[in-house]
Amino acid sequence: MYNEKVIKEFSDPQNVGELKNPNGVGTVGNASCGDIMKLFLRIENDIIVDVSFKTFGCAAAIATASTATRLIKGVTIEDALKVTNQHVVDELGGLPSQKLHCSVLAHEAIVAAIEDYKNNKINDK
Amino acid sequence: MIDKQKKIIYFDHAATTPLSKKAFESMIPFFMDDFGNASSLHVLGRKSAFAVTEARAKIASLIGAKTNEIYFCSGGTESCNWAIKGFLDKGTHIITSSIEHPSIMAPLKELEQKGIKVTYLPVYKNGIVKPSDLEKAITKDTALISIMFANNEIGTIQPIKELTAIANKHKIPFHTDAVQAIGSMAINVKDLNVDMLSLSAHKFYGPKGIGALYIKGGIRPNKLIHGGSQERTMRGGTSNVAAIVGCCVALEEALNNLDDNSKHIRVLRNTFIDRVLCEIEHCYLNGDRDRRLDNNANFVFDFVEGESILMMLDLNGIAVSSGSACSSGSLSPSHVLLSLGVPIESAHGSIRFSFGIGNTMDHINYAVDKLKETINKLREMSPLFLQVKGDSKFV
Repeated sequence: MYNEKVIKEFSDPQNVGELKNPNGVGTVGNASCGDIMKLFLRIENDIIVDVSFKTFGCAAAIATASTATRLIKGVTIEDALKVTNQHVVDELGGLPSQKLHCSVLAHEAIVAAIEDYKNNKINDK
Repeated sequence: MIDKQKKIIYFDHAATTPLSKKAFESMIPFFMDDFGNASSLHVLGRKSAFAVTEARAKIASLIGAKTNEIYFCSGGTESCNWAIKGFLDKGTHIITSSIEHPSIMAPLKELEQKGIKVTYLPVYKNGIVKPSDLEKAITKDTALISIMFANNEIGTIQPIKELTAIANKHKIPFHTDAVQAIGSMAINVKDLNVDMLSLSAHKFYGPKGIGALYIKGGIRPNKLIHGGSQERTMRGGTSNVAAIVGCCVALEEALNNLDDNSKHIRVLRNTFIDRVLCEIEHCYLNGDRDRRLDNNANFVFDFVEGESILMMLDLNGIAVSSGSACSSGSLSPSHVLLSLGVPIESAHGSIRFSFGIGNTMDHINYAVDKLKETINKLREMSPLFLQVKGDSKFV
C-alpha cells in the first residue's frame, strides 16, 4: 500500500515538535476525523527560517507533514504558498488514493500557518 | 518489513492463521494425484467424493451436528450472506447486534433498502448483548435472529444459549456467526440450540477459501449460489476437495489440543493485557475483560492514531490490526468500538492484538517494550498530547 519513500519518511520524520518562538502557527483537521496537523513557522524577512510540525494521524499524515516542512524550510513565504498537495505527493513518490487527503491537509496547514503569521504582523503594527 | 529475513511476530490471528502442517499434508494428494471432481462417477471422482463425505461427517461430529446438516461454501462471508439472504423475504423483520461482522452488516444494509426491517441490539460498554433486549425486540414479523458468537474486533462472547432459548420460545430461527470462535472453544450446535452457524477454516489453522454453514434439519433457507447439484443441491460449485479435507483436519487438530492451546494463549494474552495497562498511560482495554476469546486483546491508546501505531509496530516486525478509519479506507472508525460508547477520537487509536499457538512469552515481552516506545514516540508527535508536570490531557 505505501511505497518505500513514504515508509522511510514516516519512520524517520523531520522537524518534529514545537518551535520555541513561532510567529506563525496553523492547525487543520480534527480529532473526530482522525487527522490533525499543526505547523509552526519562524519567519524572518518573509523567509521561513525554521519550521516544525505535530501530527495526530496515520502514517501518511505524518509522512506528508514531515515532507511539507522539508519543502518549505528556508524558502520565502511566497514560494511556500506555491507548495501544493501535488508537490508533497510527488516528493513522496505517490500516495494511495485514500490517503491523498493527508497531502491536502499538509498544504492547508502551510496556508493556515502563513495566514496566522500575516495576521500577527498586522496586529503588531 | 524491508528485511525479508526478519522474523515477524504475528499477533493478527483474528485476521487469519498459518495453515497447520498436518492440514497442509492432508491436502497435498488432492491437488495433483486425487484431483477428481467429486461429482464425477469414475474412480477419481469417487475418491474425491469419499474424502468430502468423510470430512463432512467428521466436522459434523466435532460440532455436534448431523452429517447432512453441514453445507460447505467458500468461507465465512458466503456462509453469513447465505444465512441472511436465504432467509428474508420482503416485509419481514430481523434482529441482530450492533457489532456484527461486515459479512452480516453489509447484506442487511442491502436488505434494508428493499424494505426489510432490522433491529440492531445494543451491546453496552462490555460489548455484550442483553437477552432481555432481544425479548423486547421480537415482533410478529421477526423472521430471523442473527447474533455473532464472538466478536472479531474485541473478542467478546455473547450469551448464545440464553438468546436461543428466547428465540426458541417464539419459534424464530437463530443464526450465529461463529467464525472467530470455532476452533478456539468447544461448540456444540445441539447444546447451543442454534438453527444455523457459520464457520471458516482459516481462523483455526485451516486453509483460506473454505467454510461451512450448519443448517439444522428442517430449516430450509433459499439458495445463495445457484448451479450444479453439489451440497445436496443447496450450493452449486465444484467441491473444493483439498480445502474441505484441510478444514476437517485443522478443526480436529484444534479441538484435540483445545485445552493446552487455550491455556497457553490465555497466559500470554493476560500477561500482555496486564503489562500494557500497567505500563502505558491513557490506554484502555475494549470489551469485557473475562467474557472474551482467549486470544484477543483490543486497546485504545488516547492521543494517537491506530494506523500509525500499526505501521510503527510493523517496522519493528510486529504484525497487528487496527480499528482506525485510516486502515479500513472508510471515514469513520470501527462501528464496534463506537457501539461500546468509545469516543470517536479515541476509536481512531484502537489496536487489536490476537495471539496464537506459535506465540511465546518472549514475543509478548518484546512487543510490550516496542509498543511502549511506539506510543511514546507518536505521542511526542501528537498535538493532542501535552505533558504538563507529569499530567497529560486532551487539549
